[in-house]
Amino acid sequence: MLWQKDLPGANVVIRGARVLDPAEGIDARLEVRIDDGTIAEVAERVDANEHRVVEAEGLVLAPAFVDPHVHLRTPGREDEETLASGTAAAAAGGYCAILAMPNTDPVVDSAATLGALVDAARREAEVPVGFLAAITRGQRGEELTEMGELADTGAVAFSDDGVPVASAGLMRRALQYASSTDRALALHCEEPTLSRGGHVHEGRVAAELGFAGYPSVAESVAVERDLALAGYERGRVHVLHLSAAASVEALRRAREAGVAASGEATPHHLVLTDDAVRSLDPNVKMNPPLRAEQDRLTLLDALRDGTIEAIATDHAPHAAHEKDVPFEAAPFGVTGLETALAALYTHLVGPGLLSLETLLERMSAGPARIFGLERPRVAAGACANLVLLDLEREWTVGEQPFRSRSGNSWLLGSTLTGAVQMTLAGGKVAFE
Amino acid sequence: MIRLVTDDLRPPTPRKRHLLSVADLTRDDVDRLLGTARTFAASLERHVKKLPTLKGHLVVNLFYESSTRTSSSFELAAKRLSADTLTVKSAGSSVDKGESLKDTALTLGAYDPDVIVIRHPQIGSPQLVAQVTDAHVVNAGDGKHQHPTQALLDLYTLREELGELEGVHVAIVGDVLHSRVARSLLQAFALVGVRATLVGPPALLPRELPAEATTDIEAIRDADVVYVLRMQNERMEPGANFVPSLREYTARWGITPERLRPGQKVMHPGPMNRGVEIDPRVADSPDSLITRQVRSGLVVRMAVLYDVLTGGPVGVQALAAAEVA
Repeated sequence: MLWQKDLPGANVVIRGARVLDPAEGIDARLEVRIDDGTIAEVAERVDANEHRVVEAEGLVLAPAFVDPHVHLRTPGREDEETLASGTAAAAAGGYCAILAMPNTDPVVDSAATLGALVDAARREAEVPVGFLAAITRGQRGEELTEMGELADTGAVAFSDDGVPVASAGLMRRALQYASSTDRALALHCEEPTLSRGGHVHEGRVAAELGFAGYPSVAESVAVERDLALAGYERGRVHVLHLSAAASVEALRRAREAGVAASGEATPHHLVLTDDAVRSLDPNVKMNPPLRAEQDRLTLLDALRDGTIEAIATDHAPHAAHEKDVPFEAAPFGVTGLETALAALYTHLVGPGLLSLETLLERMSAGPARIFGLERPRVAAGACANLVLLDLEREWTVGEQPFRSRSGNSWLLGSTLTGAVQMTLAGGKVAFE
Repeated sequence: MIRLVTDDLRPPTPRKRHLLSVADLTRDDVDRLLGTARTFAASLERHVKKLPTLKGHLVVNLFYESSTRTSSSFELAAKRLSADTLTVKSAGSSVDKGESLKDTALTLGAYDPDVIVIRHPQIGSPQLVAQVTDAHVVNAGDGKHQHPTQALLDLYTLREELGELEGVHVAIVGDVLHSRVARSLLQAFALVGVRATLVGPPALLPRELPAEATTDIEAIRDADVVYVLRMQNERMEPGANFVPSLREYTARWGITPERLRPGQKVMHPGPMNRGVEIDPRVADSPDSLITRQVRSGLVVRMAVLYDVLTGGPVGVQALAAAEVA
C-alpha cells in the first residue's frame, strides 16, 4: 500500500546514539547495523562489516515518523507540491511514510487516477507514500466511489478531506460499503451550514477583529453524527484534524462505548490558539481554525491519554501569491512536514507538557496502527525506518530553503530546538 | 507555561507611523489627535481655509468600496492642508483586471506617496499595504474589522457636544456583528471611559465582545446618546435569517421619537436607511448629531494626516510657522 522510488538499500552502522523505541520498550545506548535496508543487529556492540559508520554520539535514534494526513497537490497543482518535493520534505522531517489526501484536481476517485499516482510514486517518491481515495465521486457528496476497485489499486483508506460528507444518509452508505473493503473512512467533520463563511474560530478574537466565526460546534456536531453512525454500522472511522474540546470528548465516549474510532491532532492545533490570528498573518489560517486555549489543553490531554493516537501535519502547501493577500482572501492551510518534530519538541516536550516517548509514539506507531501500516521499529529483521535526532540543535525556520515547493509555514522566523539529522525510509537513506 | 509563537508571527514594528486600528492608540494619542482636530476646526473658521502645512506631500486615496463621506472628507482634508491627492477606485482600475492588492500597492508605492489611505472589504488589507510600501498607511475601513477615523470623529463630536467623556453612556443599536464602526467605537470608548451598551437582535450581537449587551430596546432609555448602526440590506438576503424581515427589525429595534427621551442625542455613521433603523423625524431632529459627525470627519482626518506625517501635536506656533512658510 506504500510506494517509493527504487534506491539502493542502505548498508550502515549507527554508533553512539541513545536508541529510543517506546513501542519496543527500548531506551538504551545501542548500536544498530543495517544490511541492504534491513536492520540486521541491535546490540551494545555490532561489527561494522565494512559498512559506512555513522557516529551518533549525543543523538537519539528512533523509529521514523508516519504522517497520515498530507496534501501533495498532485495532480493539478504541481506548482505547489509534487510527489518528489513533498516526499523530500517528508524525509527532511524524519518521516518514513506519508499518506496523501485525494482532494486534488482531478480528485482521486477512480482507479485510473490512483494508478497514475502509484506509478509516479514508484518513480519519484523519496519516502514510501500511500494514497487515500475519495469517498464520493468528485468529492461532491452525491455518489460513492468504486471503493472495491480503488482498494485493489492500493487505496489505504477513503476520505473526502477538505469537504465534509454533508448527507448523513450517504455517510451511512459509505460506512456500510467501506467495511467490505476493510478500509477505514478518514473523516473531515464539519457541518457546513454552521461553518459557512467562517474564517476563524468563533470566539473573542473573531468578535473583536470582525471575522465571521467558524464555531467549535460546527465540528463537534459532525463528529457526534459520524461517530453515532459508525457505532450503528460497526464501521471503522478516523477523525481528521480534531480541533474542538467537544469533539475530543465525543471521540473519548465513542471509544469507551466500543466504536472503532481513532483521531488525530495537528502540531498547530496543539501549539497555537486563535490568539495567533491577531497577527492577521494568512499563515495561521487553516481549516479547522485555531481554537481557544481550553480546546488546545483538551487536545493535549487526549494526546497524552491515547484518545488521540496520531499526530498529523495536515501539510497543505499553497503558492506564495495565494497567501500574500488579506487574511480573508487567503486559502486555508499551512505546511508542516519539515517542522512537526521541532515544533512539538520545542513547545510541548521542552516545557514538560508531553514526554518524548509519547511524542515519538504518536508520530510513528500510533498512525501506523490506525491505517494498518507496518510499525516502524528498532528491531532485528525490521525494515530500516529510522530517524536520527539532534534534540539540542537550534535552528530558525525559513533560514534554509524548504524542500517543499511551498513556504506557507506558521513557524516562519521561529527558532526551534530539535532537528532531524538523518532519515532512513523504506530501508533507504532518504535524508541526511 | 508554553510560549506561544504569536509574537514571532507579527509583522516587524513599522518604521512609519500608521493608523491601522484603534487598538494601536493610547489615551494620549486620542487626546493629541482630538486637540489637533480642534485647532484645525478653528483654522477653518477663517476666510482662507487652506493651510500650507502638508505642501509637497502626496496622499493617495485607494478605495475598494463605495464611500461618500470617508473618501470625500479624506480628499478635502488633504487639500485643505495643501497636499497633492490622487484617488484610485477599484472600479475602472487594474483591480477590474484581477490585479492583487499587493501588486496595486506596489504600483502606487512606486510614486513615493507619503500617505496611502485605504478602504477595502477585507480585514487586514491596510496591514498588507503597510508591509509592502514605504508610505504611512491610514485605514479608512477594512471589512468588518476597523474604521479608526470614524471612531475618532465620533469621539470628537461627543466631546464637542458633551465636554468631558468620562462616564458618558452610549447605547449602540443594530447590526453590531457586521459593523467595523461598532468594533472601533468599543475600543475608543474604553480608552476614554465611555460606557457602552450594545442593543440589537440576538444573531447580530456577538456574545464575546467586551461590552454589556441586550436584545431589549428599552435599554436605550438609560443612555445619554443613542448610536444607531446602519442595517445593511445585503444582510437581509433570503436565507440569511439574521432577522425575519426588515419590517420586524424596524418594529422591534428601529429608533423612533417615541423610544427616545427628550434631549437624548442620536448619532449615525451613515449612510442612513431612513425608515429602517432610524425614523426620519429622529434623523432630522435638533438632537441629531449626524451632520456634525460629517463636519467632524473633515477636521479629524486633517488631524490624522498631519499626525502620521509629523508625529507630533499641532500647536498654534507650529501652525503659525507653517502659515508663514
